[in-house]
Amino acid sequence: MEEKIDKVVESLNRRNIEAEVRKDPLGTEMILNVGPQHPATHGVLRLVLKLDGEYIVDAVPELGYLHRGKEKIAENMTFLEFLPHTDRMDYLAPLSNNTAYMLAVEKLFGIEAPKRAQYIRVILNELSRISSHLVWLGTFAMDVGALTVFMWCFREREKILSIFDLVTGVRFTTSYERIGGVAQDITDEAIHAIKGFIDNFPKELEQCEKLLNKNRIFIERVDGIGVITKEQAIDIGLSGPNLRASGVSRDLRKDEPYLVYNEIDFDIPVYEEGDCLARYYVRLDEMKESVKIVRQCIEKLPSGPVKADEPKATHPKKEKIYTKMEELIHDFIITNFGGTPPVGEVYHAVENPKGELGFYIVSDGTGYPWRLKVRSPSFTNIQALPLLLKGHMIADLVAIIGSIDPVMGEADK
Amino acid sequence: MKDKIIEKLSNLFKDDIIEVSEFRGELTIVVKKEKIVDICKFLKEEPELSFDYLVDICGVDYYREKDRFAVVYNLWSLKNKFRLRLKVYVDESEPVVPSVTSVWSAANWHERETFDMFGIKFSGHPDLRRIYMPEDFEYYPLRKDFPLQGIPGSIPLPGQEKVKIQRG
Repeated sequence: MEEKIDKVVESLNRRNIEAEVRKDPLGTEMILNVGPQHPATHGVLRLVLKLDGEYIVDAVPELGYLHRGKEKIAENMTFLEFLPHTDRMDYLAPLSNNTAYMLAVEKLFGIEAPKRAQYIRVILNELSRISSHLVWLGTFAMDVGALTVFMWCFREREKILSIFDLVTGVRFTTSYERIGGVAQDITDEAIHAIKGFIDNFPKELEQCEKLLNKNRIFIERVDGIGVITKEQAIDIGLSGPNLRASGVSRDLRKDEPYLVYNEIDFDIPVYEEGDCLARYYVRLDEMKESVKIVRQCIEKLPSGPVKADEPKATHPKKEKIYTKMEELIHDFIITNFGGTPPVGEVYHAVENPKGELGFYIVSDGTGYPWRLKVRSPSFTNIQALPLLLKGHMIADLVAIIGSIDPVMGEADK
Repeated sequence: MKDKIIEKLSNLFKDDIIEVSEFRGELTIVVKKEKIVDICKFLKEEPELSFDYLVDICGVDYYREKDRFAVVYNLWSLKNKFRLRLKVYVDESEPVVPSVTSVWSAANWHERETFDMFGIKFSGHPDLRRIYMPEDFEYYPLRKDFPLQGIPGSIPLPGQEKVKIQRG
């Protein structure tokens, strides 16, 4: 089209006729504002779209509607005090956030949690991965018009939240982990509940799959929609299931094994297509892998303490505080001034349900972080939206936003 | 891997490397800010290193006289499964760093965030706007001299005129 216009202008110029090119003379291009209060944007994401008829020409995402300044808050409190704030970042998988943050802090202090605590962390991590993917599956199916799946997924998620209630004492904002371990030991009742859940869950997931996998409406809404190639995905910094749906086998659980993932046998699902359907399949397979991991962890769960005995970094045991002088002093110091980490900087990342969640901590040797940066996966995943949206129809917008699974609490920090 | 990176870099950029340090097994290389684009391009395109995945860019405010700010680049090599941290120091008097958006497109929003939070400008950036704070906000919240409670009147409430309050 543009070449044609150039040719016409050139030929007119040759004949000394002054020509003015008016692009879009009929005024078909339109600017449309989507969000921040829109049910399909899964939070407070705002998109400014440039439309040509029903086709999206350009898209500009706007962030910041949920910006609470978590990084600034972190600089003004001790390492442990910041823990509840991590729950509120990716609010669909608070336990994964707890783990990511605590691993970064433990790396800074140079301590390690006991084996039992690490296994408990892995179990809860994978359960929260399932619960996060269930919310994603439900809302994604609802976005493209399948309402039943939404109900079924939330029913299953409810069971996981009850398990969290048994293990941590709360359903949602758990704040369960501590520096060098977890807050309390896992009970037999909770293990029984987890076993019951993972025995039952694959069947329930199959029911959801039956509703979607051969559903013509669903497949036509997502197949070949929002394609991103391998090279583009790496360049724009996608991570997590979105990256693996584009054919890049990058999973930090395998690449940089943390906790006890190197002792467990599981696969990384990778799909090559890079469209919404591939992203759907990747997450489905991940849930099945998570069930496998949880089952192995429960079998292997060792006995022992659930919190490291590191008086310079973390609170001592309560019984010791009441009876021993040294422990009382350490408890007092850590509660008031935080631990005493060495001067330095660390970065630790884990594979969150959404992608790579990393914490970069700069320490000046005091109990407060000098700087704490959250590398949130949703932030970089949303950055890829304009690439995914260009050329698609406006009805595909909801499917594409749904398929990359953004959580604004994390993207806005 | 660590020795290989240091060796390859010092072959080409001997005078531009200021400091190499290791803490908890993580390699940090401090380089001159003028050369950051060249070094990033080299690290990405050198086939044996191939740091093709940009994880993160962030700023740090050390709150000192010289080299007050730092910009930290967090890289990952998909081929070698290795992390590398690059760092450049920026003076408060001239907070400008060349943008690496030409090397990785992912740098776009990370640099915008750093600009928004620290006021470090990235020369050659295609779209350097604030990302979290309102466009007309005058301060940089993650600088150490910005109070935790915020500055009263700097963000007008609905139906309220913006109040000008002098800095300092």
